Amino acid sequence: MAPILEVRNLTKKFGKGKETVTAVDSVSFAIEPGETVCLVGESGCGKSTTGRMVAGLLEPTSGEVLFEGKNIKELDSTGFRRYRQSVQIIHQDPYASLNPTQTVRQILTAPLLRHNKVKNRADAEARALELLEVVDLTPARDMIDKYPHQLSGGQRQRVAVARALTVEPKFIVADEAVSMVDVSIRVSILTMLSRLKEQFHVTFLFITHDLALAKYFAWEGRITVMYLGRIVEDGPTQRLITDPRHPYTQALLSAVPEADPELAHRKRQIELREAEIPSLLNLPPGCTFHPRCPYFVPGQCDRQVPALEPLDVGGRVACPVRKHEHVPLLV
Amino acid sequence: MTKGKLDWQMDEQQNGKAPLSLQNVHVSYATRRGKVQAVRNVTLDLHAGESLALIGESGSGKTTLGLAIVRLLPETAQIEPGAIFYRRNGREVDLLKLDRNEMREFRWRDCAMVFQAALNAFNPVLKIWAQAWDTAKAHGWHDKEAVRRRLVELLEFVQLDPKRVIDAYPHELSGGMRQRVLLALSLLLNPQVLILDEPTTALDIITQRTIIKLLRKLKEDQGFTMIFISHDLAIAAELADRVATMYAGRIVELGASEDIFYRPRHPYTLGLIRAVPTVTGGFEQLFSIPGSPPDLIDLPTGCKFHPRCTFATDRCKVEEPELEEVGPGHTAACWHWQKVEEELRRNPLHRGVLSVLEAVSFNEEAVS
Ligand SMILES: Nc1ncnc2c1ncn2[C@@H]1O[C@H](COP(=O)(O)OP(=O)(O)OP(=O)(O)O)[C@@H](O)[C@H]1O
Ligand SMILES: Nc1ncnc2c1ncn2[C@@H]1O[C@H](COP(=O)(O)OP(=O)(O)OP(=O)(O)O)[C@@H](O)[C@H]1O
Ligand code: SF4
Ligand SMILES: [Mg+2]
Ligand SMILES: [Mg+2]
Repeated sequence: MAPILEVRNLTKKFGKGKETVTAVDSVSFAIEPGETVCLVGESGCGKSTTGRMVAGLLEPTSGEVLFEGKNIKELDSTGFRRYRQSVQIIHQDPYASLNPTQTVRQILTAPLLRHNKVKNRADAEARALELLEVVDLTPARDMIDKYPHQLSGGQRQRVAVARALTVEPKFIVADEAVSMVDVSIRVSILTMLSRLKEQFHVTFLFITHDLALAKYFAWEGRITVMYLGRIVEDGPTQRLITDPRHPYTQALLSAVPEADPELAHRKRQIELREAEIPSLLNLPPGCTFHPRCPYFVPGQCDRQVPALEPLDVGGRVACPVRKHEHVPLLV
Repeated sequence: MTKGKLDWQMDEQQNGKAPLSLQNVHVSYATRRGKVQAVRNVTLDLHAGESLALIGESGSGKTTLGLAIVRLLPETAQIEPGAIFYRRNGREVDLLKLDRNEMREFRWRDCAMVFQAALNAFNPVLKIWAQAWDTAKAHGWHDKEAVRRRLVELLEFVQLDPKRVIDAYPHELSGGMRQRVLLALSLLLNPQVLILDEPTTALDIITQRTIIKLLRKLKEDQGFTMIFISHDLAIAAELADRVATMYAGRIVELGASEDIFYRPRHPYTLGLIRAVPTVTGGFEQLFSIPGSPPDLIDLPTGCKFHPRCTFATDRCKVEEPELEEVGPGHTAACWHWQKVEEELRRNPLHRGVLSVLEAVSFNEEAVS
């Protein structure tokens, strides 16, 4: 199948002169229609920057974004508008993205009318009520007159999702969409998002720093791991979490706290050579993980940037030294 | 570094009493809307050398309970009724009866609370050394050289380079470094009990692991008695010997970590566990807890969880259950805890070794 979205050598630099940082460095991946891909990695590794370039909110310094096979830079204005509608982004903090002076009705009917998705106000209202049902904000009739501050964090996030759905997107970038929501209701939002995959054939790029959430949401999909602006490993979720090959992926998976005392005590402990993460302003040469990596090979890892190469077990990894080594995470 | 473990354990062996006992503790906040009942009827013994985790949703009263023990609650808060007995070297005091000065002594020498490593846990204009020196002086320790030696020793213990950190301002340090500095400072006066509020929240995964390792070292090598407060169940699973689940200000379940995670008996604890995935375990279907936490000013009647509980009956709407024994060293406050047990027999949790085996068998299939 042809990918719905593809990025090639996507790069984003911020700042000028000595202060330039490369927040995203030559990132390439393709996502098939209906697939769920999770982008994971620690704070500052470039996840949101990648997501914003995918959604057309930020212009890449170099590299391409292709949507439905077309380079978005080559689209005419109608084409570009259509692409911007087809790719919606949902942010971590719905409070910041919802206008506090508007009711849910206004928040939902305005885009429906503006983009001619409905004929008139009455249809817009009916569609808004339908969308509230879709995101499980029921009874919809009670919800539609509320202001954002009258809703809980989880409910606001549902409104943000409903608003994204007004323009009938094919692709949703969910950037830490449930990170601020209490654990007890997180799952119901994830379940609702998963339903959109089937109901509306929406393809997801799910951005999170939480590996447990990534595993759950993309169990049948893929995980892509970023470190300091580069992809270090990707692959089918079930392979990646049971048989990670990149030393950084292994370090992350072994470090992540587990909500299970037995697992917590049976995790392999991986000692990094250096605890602190380097600054983007002063990146190490070669593999940027080499100053911390327990498998560092002097003369090789600190000279050459490892290419992201296909793995026999599925996916890609950027570590020639360890790509064939299986390391059990539980001991 | 300390000799804490010994005096404590001897103490508890000699008089058979826990070093810290909370009895029927209530905390409320006065607000314009009314009285917020943040903590209700908490009775709890903290044993020497053990680590206890307080878990529960946002607003369940975890931080309030921690603040009550070190008496750092705001003026609008009232601790009544209740008693908090603290026992050391054969003496017993009710912390709630100590005056301001006595309490200040207690706070650093006997029990220290470590707040989330936000910048505001520090004085922003003081270098790390100055913060330590101020604390030491306030407790009558005026030997500058000795304080410095102690600080260096503690910074090394938390795996920081003292040379780099001691003359730094808090804002010059990363979140993970600040959290470790706070931990070091809290140990300055050799306390016996540590209360840690969200010790790893908002830190990156690898930094979280560094902190967890340090805390394990404090517990295992130094025998510290610790209370962890976290909304993150994983922190409890990683660090706690015993876990207390709080809901609407009360402890609704208390037991050994394994009991809470593998054999929960309170529907709320079960709900929490079914809402969080593991990473390296197998796949498990998750469920949310319906509804949202109650208004603490206008609490529901009966069991405070009943509006959200799938096991609730009419009795739950009128009568509030007390903690009762559901297994050895395991208590739960639910009229229908046997039904939770039955539910788990029908739909077991895929946790522990079982889920590990599932993950491994997948792996072998993938390789072959
Ligand atoms: N507008 C900007 N100007 C300058 N630097 C920026 C800008 N946006 C992002 N950056 C920098 O780019 C890097 C990547 O940031 P990004 O927000 O993409 O990370 P992230 O992986 O989403 O992190 P988090 O998990 O904290 O959200 C960071 O070092 C950040 O400071
Ligand atoms: N100073 C205060 N005045 C009034 N109400 C307060 C005050 N501090 C806390 N509360 C209320 O008391 C209840 C318990 O709060 P507390 O901070 O103890 O909860 P928590 O379990 O630590 O939550 P979180 O996980 O969000 O930190 C909440 O409903 C909170 O709104
Ligand atoms: S390339 Fe070398 S330094 Fe980089 S992760 Fe692999 S082994 Fe480690
Ligand atoms: Mg981000
Ligand atoms: Mg708290």
